[in-house]
Amino acid sequence: MDWYPLWNSLRIAGISCVIVFFTGIFFAYYAAKLPRAVKGILDVVLTLPMVLPPTVCGYCLLLLFGRKRPLGVFLLRFGIKFVMTWYGGILAAAVVAFPLMYRTARGAFESFDENLSHAGKTLGLSNTYIFWKIRMPACKQGILAGTVLAFARALGEYGATSMLIGYTPGKTATISTTVYQLWRTNDESGAFTWVLVNLAISTVVLLAVNMLESRQKNSSGRR
Amino acid sequence: MTREGLAEQGKHMNLRVKIKKNLGDFVLDVAFETGEGVLGLLGASGCGKSMTLKCIAGIEKPDEGRIVLNDRVLFDSGAGINVPPQKRGVGYLFQDYALFPNMTVTRNIMCGARDREKTAEYIRRFDLVGKEKLYPAQLSGGQKQRVALARMLAAEPEVILLDEPFTALDNFLKARMERELMSMLDEFKGPVVFVSHDRNESYRLTDTIAVMENGRIVDISEKHELFRAPKTLAATLLTGCKNVTRLERLENGGYLAKDWGIRLKAPKCGTDMIAYQYAGFRAHYLVPETGQRSLDDMTGGQSEEAVENFLTCDILREVEDTFSIVIQFYQKGLEERTEYSLLTYETEKEEWMKLKKQCEGREIRLRIPEDAVIWMES
Repeated sequence: MDWYPLWNSLRIAGISCVIVFFTGIFFAYYAAKLPRAVKGILDVVLTLPMVLPPTVCGYCLLLLFGRKRPLGVFLLRFGIKFVMTWYGGILAAAVVAFPLMYRTARGAFESFDENLSHAGKTLGLSNTYIFWKIRMPACKQGILAGTVLAFARALGEYGATSMLIGYTPGKTATISTTVYQLWRTNDESGAFTWVLVNLAISTVVLLAVNMLESRQKNSSGRR
Repeated sequence: MTREGLAEQGKHMNLRVKIKKNLGDFVLDVAFETGEGVLGLLGASGCGKSMTLKCIAGIEKPDEGRIVLNDRVLFDSGAGINVPPQKRGVGYLFQDYALFPNMTVTRNIMCGARDREKTAEYIRRFDLVGKEKLYPAQLSGGQKQRVALARMLAAEPEVILLDEPFTALDNFLKARMERELMSMLDEFKGPVVFVSHDRNESYRLTDTIAVMENGRIVDISEKHELFRAPKTLAATLLTGCKNVTRLERLENGGYLAKDWGIRLKAPKCGTDMIAYQYAGFRAHYLVPETGQRSLDDMTGGQSEEAVENFLTCDILREVEDTFSIVIQFYQKGLEERTEYSLLTYETEKEEWMKLKKQCEGREIRLRIPEDAVIWMES
């Protein structure tokens, strides 16, 4: 059996998850500081990929990064091609998973007691220190939950991925596109194997989320 | 400059604030100066007192104005100066202490002290030995306060701001924590600004009190002076005076207390020029009039109306408190009752029982001693 789709799915989900982790936190942190009107608009734009059908997201990505589109042509000059490459899958997964990270992180930041940050400032602590050593640890549970959800979403991504990078065995094949391909070509047992693999990974991820949530409840109960 | 160095040049130990900030509902517009000692900002919640502290600390930015601490300009809208909170040297004690929940006692204090030896010293001084490795959630209220104080003082601030530190506590704990706080602040040489909505707390902990209403300081006086003779209606009400009235000047130089329906003798000191707008008196300063003499004796034969500073009780209700009794009443015969017409007399329960017995069958009469009347210009 060719394990390439598993490896490809894991690296796409892993890398996009890291990207989404930082961009999600960045936008969540700055969105919380914006005036209400701007925040509302930004919020809609940033959350759209979550409610749009993934195929629509994939279509939009093709509009932007397609080989004949200005941005696609521009990137090609540096040898970067998102269409029909495995790392194009990172882009697709990241776009779809981003809102999950952004929204969970924003929720965590909004429940953060700003007086902790104020106290840190009057004690002479730098803003960077306050962010990483006080704000982030206080929001740890929420941010971790967001990261796990984003990872799970990236791992299960099908629509946008198949639109942008298609299915090339050994090159762009992921678990979800492989399941579809094998089923289409009447390889029932092959499809079923990958379904089991997918089930196993998703179960582990959800168990992790539940554990995080129950720990969060315990720690807030102690306060 | 070190704190010791500053303390020697005592004249430099001061905080000057003159700021304006639009808060939507009203404009915060305060100006005050304070040296060594505790200045209280007393006001109802939402009057802008906490915002004032935040502006001094640099957490909020005023629209315009100037803040100077020990001859160091912290904020000057004209000169474009806005020193970040990190460099202001301001110690801020938050209502819930704002201890960092993910850090132990030691690490919390380290945030202020920046030095292991100094941290150890503050842990000893604030009686936290044995608690070093605990997290804030594992501490009692008193311990939390000590950690917050140690953390704040270890950063060697030049001014200390206290933002309603006792609001969330029950009375028993409050009294103890107040004592602890004040004994620890005794060693601090520099201005302290204490924000509270509780007049008793303010009275106990401060030297001078500024009364705030809707973003403005309406009265600023030494505390005894403020409670004895507040200058404005807002200050009078905030210092807990329950009986106030609007005034009308009479031709004979006296005043008509419009809301109470009686006459008041004008204040003695040569203040004829001032037209007072309001008068008031504290509920426990009333003196029962129990003499068997008739009214005519007291007034020298004049009509009852001419008797100044006397109230005849038309009792609405008696409310029993723990150790005292509160009597709410109207002046008898008052026709037009306003929100200020209901008067309050507070006395010990036994006194009240005795008085009621003595006056059985006739009206209870109370006298407002002349020196108990608070006169207000606005």
